[in-house]
This record gives sequence, C-alpha cells and structure tokens, in this order.
Amino acid sequence: MLAALAAVPILIAIAVRVTRAGSGGAGPAFLDRVENNGLFVVFVALGVCVPLFLPLTVGVVAGDTIAGEASNGTLRYLLIAPAGRIRLLAVKYVGSAAFCLAATLVVCIAGALIGFALFPSGSITILSGDTVSLADALGRSLLVALYVTVSLLGLSAIGLFMSTLTDVPVGAMAATIILSVASEVLDQLPQLDWLHPWLFSNYWLGFGDFLRDPISWANFGTNAWLQAGYIIVFGALAYGRFAAKDILS
Amino acid sequence: MTTAELAIETRGLTKRFGTYAAVKSIDLSVPHGSVFGFLGPNGSGKTTTIRMLLGLASPTSGEARVLGSAMPRENASVLPRVGALVEGPGFYPYLSGADNLRRLDSADRYAPSRTRGARVADALERVGLSAAAGKKVKAYSLGMKQRLGIANALLTPRELLILDEPTNGLDPQGTREVRTLVRSLASQGTTIFVSSHLLAEIEQICTHAAVMSAGSLVAQGTLDELRAVGRPRVRVETPDVPLAAGVFGKLGMTVEATSAESAADELVAVFGDTTIEPDAIVTALVTAKVRVRGFAVETPSLEDRFVSLTGEGFNVDH
Repeated sequence: MLAALAAVPILIAIAVRVTRAGSGGAGPAFLDRVENNGLFVVFVALGVCVPLFLPLTVGVVAGDTIAGEASNGTLRYLLIAPAGRIRLLAVKYVGSAAFCLAATLVVCIAGALIGFALFPSGSITILSGDTVSLADALGRSLLVALYVTVSLLGLSAIGLFMSTLTDVPVGAMAATIILSVASEVLDQLPQLDWLHPWLFSNYWLGFGDFLRDPISWANFGTNAWLQAGYIIVFGALAYGRFAAKDILS
Repeated sequence: MTTAELAIETRGLTKRFGTYAAVKSIDLSVPHGSVFGFLGPNGSGKTTTIRMLLGLASPTSGEARVLGSAMPRENASVLPRVGALVEGPGFYPYLSGADNLRRLDSADRYAPSRTRGARVADALERVGLSAAAGKKVKAYSLGMKQRLGIANALLTPRELLILDEPTNGLDPQGTREVRTLVRSLASQGTTIFVSSHLLAEIEQICTHAAVMSAGSLVAQGTLDELRAVGRPRVRVETPDVPLAAGVFGKLGMTVEATSAESAADELVAVFGDTTIEPDAIVTALVTAKVRVRGFAVETPSLEDRFVSLTGEGFNVDH
C-alpha cells in the first residue's frame, strides 16, 4: 500500500513532465505550479490522495486491527497471554496512527524526490505570492504532512471501532471507507452547511494554509480539536464494545 | 474438597447464546496437581466452557474460579499463570514459528523480555520444533502448528495448562510425545486440564475426568470412580443359550443380551451384588451341561461409560 501511495506523486510528476500540460488551471489544485518548483508535486499529490487514496489505506489498516486478529485466530491468544483488552486497543490505535504518519510521509518524500529530479528546485513562490527559501518550504511541507496525519486520526478511531464489531476484517474495512466517502459527500451538499463543521473530512484539504504568509493556524487548531473529539467518541465506543465482548473467534 | 485445593472450580456456570444454552449450569471441580480429562462429543459445550475459564467469554450466570481467583474479573492476575491451547492454534502465517512465539510472549506484560529468546527456544525444543523454528508458519503442517500452539502454552512456567484437543492433527509419534510431555509436566506439579473426544487418550494420561453431554456435566470424578459405575460382565459363547441363562439366574446374575444381534451363539450377563469368582461360574455352567465354547470377563472401559452417558448417536445434539 505504501508503494502504491508512493506511485501517486511519481505518476503525477511524470505526466506533467511528459505532456507539459501544467498551465491553464485545470486538474488538481496546485498542478499549474509544478513546473516552477518540484516541491509542488508533494502538494498536488496530497491533494489527490487525501480525498480518496489515503482514507482507503487508513480504512484498510484501521479496519484490520482487531477483526484481522480475530479472523487469524490470534486474538484469543493475545488476550490470554494476557495482553489486556484496553492495552491491546491502545497499541492497535497507536499502530494505525503510525501508519497515517508513514503513509503521508511516503507521499511527501516520494513527491519531493521525483519533483526535484524532474523540475527546478531552489526558492519557491508560495500561494500568497511571497517567495521563501527552499529550507523554509521544506519546513512547511513537514507541517503539511503533520496536518494530513492529524486529519486521518479521527478516521482511524472509526476504523478501530468498526473492527471491534466483527470478526471479518473486510467488513470493517469496507464500513470505514464507506463512512469516509459518505462524510465527504455530505460535505459537498450546501444544504447541510450546519453539519459541515462536524464532519471529520471537513478540514482535510485545509493544508494550503501552510503555503501562505503568514501561516494561519486556525484550520489546524479546529481540525485537531475535531479529530480529538472523534478519537474520544469512537475510542470510547470501541472500548465499550471490546471490553465486554465474548471472543468466540 | 475445599476451594483452596481446587485449580478450577465452577458453580452453576451457564452460557446462553440467545435462547440456546451452550453450557447449562455446570459444577466443575479440578483438584490441584491432577491431569483432568474433559470429555464430550462435538458440540457438547467443552470449548465454550474453556473460553469462560480463560475469560474470553463471560458467563451468563454462575461463577468460575481459576487458581483461586474469580474469572473473568481477575483475568490480569490469573492468566499469566495459565498456559492454554484453545480451539486449535492461531498464528500469523507470514511470521516464522519463533517470531510468532516472540510476538505472543511480548503481549504478556509479566513475561521478562530479557529471557524471551531462551524461553522461546526452550519451548520449541520441548515440542520438537527447533529445526523448523525459522520457517514461516504458512509452510507448517497442521501437526506442526498444533505443536507450536503447545509451545506457546509452555513459554513461561505455568501452574495450570488448559489444552483443548491437544492431539488434534498430530501423527502417532506426536501424540505419544504429547502424552510424555503431559506426564512430565504433571510430575512437576502442573495441573493439566485436557479436553478431548479421544477416550483412549484420556484413559492413558488422566487421573480425573468429567463428561459433558449437550451442555450439561453428566459425570465427574477420578478415572476409577467413573469406571466403577459400570459392573464387569461375563460373555459366554455357547449353543445352549437358554440353559446358560438359567444358570446365570441361579447365580444371581442378570442376563443383559442374548445372541439376537450376532451370528455366534452367545450371551452376556452382568455380575450381581455378590461377588462370584469367574472360575466358579465356569464350573457351574459345565456342571449344568452347558457346552462352553468361549468365556470372557469384561471390565467396562471408559468408552462404554462415555457412550452410556452421551448416547450412541453420531448426530450432533441440538
């Protein structure tokens, strides 16, 4: 999955390089800026991955956490080891959070490498029109990666909860991914304006804030609180479900 | 027997799934230091009981005490002292046997990580898997996985071993090794609770046994107590069946079956309350001019007892 994620920025960069079709403003966000500076491959790739590809992989990993152990027959042996049910949930959640970070970093690093290989590097003109040094821009890329990782933590908690509901990992994965798509669809409907601030996907594409001067932390803060809320609610649901569950797998 | 002497004790332990009762109010008493056979046909509730003993499932009603502590409430203090094999082995197919054991051992907070490597190697050695320790589990045969499951139960010194069908899928050699292993562990004072439907197995290694049937505990005690319930029988082969039956009647024995079902002319009789020496029976038969062609005294096996308790049918009840 990480290799597939790494392929996204590589495909984007090669496509832009081969066709020189970066101008015109069509296609994903920031695409027209790629030819000016290779680092923009990272942001285009994240913009492409965040709505679908990253939630998909996070759904697979988070949905597999408990249900995967159950279908393997290893859950009962972990519990009688004894791993402790709360401890097991916590370790599994930390594991999927680590995957969120790893997945985002893979996209960033692959994007930066291919971007610098095919396009100019050096100082970079950011969205607000200011020009910043490459070091500054790389620092901002790390902040973007952090933003995207945090964005995915709520979905991981949902996946963990789904995983405690079933012994069939595919079911938990599908349910998690469907919820993420549903959240994004609801986010598109203007009639549901009041609901939007509560959807875990609402701030997913807000990482452009870090590409302006001065950097705005407002979206980051709101998003972090929202994700924390999802972690608490779905973490509690997962605990409530798992702590008293009969392990019959 | 007092509670302190019991490694496992259940009182009215019941598990319902919806309206269906998988385990119906069972009272198990497993003494410390015993090798306890837990018998029953498929679907009689053995594994469900074991799941409750290990805190994997909570009882609908009743209570279970393992090593003196209530389950599942005191899971954390009891489970490190218990090794178990439940419903077949479960391992990660893409990890090697040794890596699987290391992973499960690191899940146990109380197992010292300093000695992990040595303990894993030792456990693999005990089940004869040292040579295959580095092979991925997906390349293991069923019997090898079963051995690895037993190795997992032996990772740290345990006070109680709960082995669910430990000889499943093992070759005759492996079966014998498991028997030897169980005996050697028992001689070191470990209490061993073995579930099985293989009576010969249980008869060879156990000191105590309990029999489950359709969710209920139908018998429990030492092996001798269980066998003693059935009385020895006498089987006589003779063409003079009515004559022989008359002799048995005079001796106070009950005729149980005649030759209706077999081709040979024979009849089976059960000893009465008074003990009669077998040679006295033969003398009586011969004196009465019964032509005796064959004569045998049969002590009931555990199997006879098992079948009489759980029924002859091959169908899974319920």
